[in-house]
Amino acid sequence: MDITVNGKAREIQDGICIQELLDQMQLDCMQVVVEHNNNIIPRQRLAETPLNNGDALEVIHFVGGG
Amino acid sequence: MQIKVNEQDHSFEDNVSLGSVRDRIKADADLLIVNGFPASAEAVLSNGDQVVLIKRGEAPGAEELDALMTARHTPGVHATVKGATIGIAGVGGLGSAIAIALARTGIGHLIIADFDLVEPSNLNRQQYFIDQIGLPKVYALRDTLARINPHVRVTACHLRLAPANIAEVFGHAQVLVEAFDLADQKVMLIESFAARFPDRPMVTGSGMAGYGPANTVLTQQVAKNLYLCGDATTAAAPGTGLMAPRVGVAAHHQANAVLRLLLGEPPDKEGKL
Repeated sequence: MDITVNGKAREIQDGICIQELLDQMQLDCMQVVVEHNNNIIPRQRLAETPLNNGDALEVIHFVGGG
Repeated sequence: MQIKVNEQDHSFEDNVSLGSVRDRIKADADLLIVNGFPASAEAVLSNGDQVVLIKRGEAPGAEELDALMTARHTPGVHATVKGATIGIAGVGGLGSAIAIALARTGIGHLIIADFDLVEPSNLNRQQYFIDQIGLPKVYALRDTLARINPHVRVTACHLRLAPANIAEVFGHAQVLVEAFDLADQKVMLIESFAARFPDRPMVTGSGMAGYGPANTVLTQQVAKNLYLCGDATTAAAPGTGLMAPRVGVAAHHQANAVLRLLLGEPPDKEGKL
């Protein structure tokens, strides 16, 4: 199925959850904020939130410093 | 003729002297400024001159300061920011500079939260002073803000922010500023605030270490209610320290983003929200 990740089309396997996609993208969920269809998803819910065809995902990676 | 004295309009007879204006408006003033330059009491004023009368060492009252600040802002801006409440999570390099910029802008209420104490190593970039070493940062900053603009209300919370207390501490914040140091803490804050207040905007900082070009620091909308200021990539690391100039650039991107949100304009581009 097809979703959008950070504005770009991406083909992913059917039935995977957000956490599985982050793992495939080799992203550490402790350092990213994930917005799924305009809602920010807390890290505890990434593994229980399935992805559907046409979903829009924004994955914002954070670096330290402030 | 019309002359502005301490930002208020006044009418005077032609060729009035500066000393005469002083005697009528603020007789104890001992520093007289005309159009930005110190002048003597004998100076003759012209229509449209801007006069500032100061008694050295005297703090202006709330009403006078309000008028002075209003005059330095676009009409309508001051009234809007005066009624605003902004939360700042973390008052290190980013947060201390953001708080000072927002206090100077005349934001009515700032909620600042941090568990940390002022240490000597902070002074390379954070807005603290030698005589504040050892104080909780939130109390040191509250004192500094009061010296800049005593009419800004500051709620100082000396605590460690965590998922359990974020909604309570920042319950009244219209906009939340993320100004933490560690990436996982930035994420934790954003997730916790968004879970409780999904419609309130947040302004975060990521990527401002080192001394790379200031022009790579940007303000971007990265989610519906999340604006990111920084280059998004340069992490603080051994050899790439946090330094005052670039941290200050990112901090003021964040402060400007807050101001634009309050005024109904998108932080990352021209237009209306």
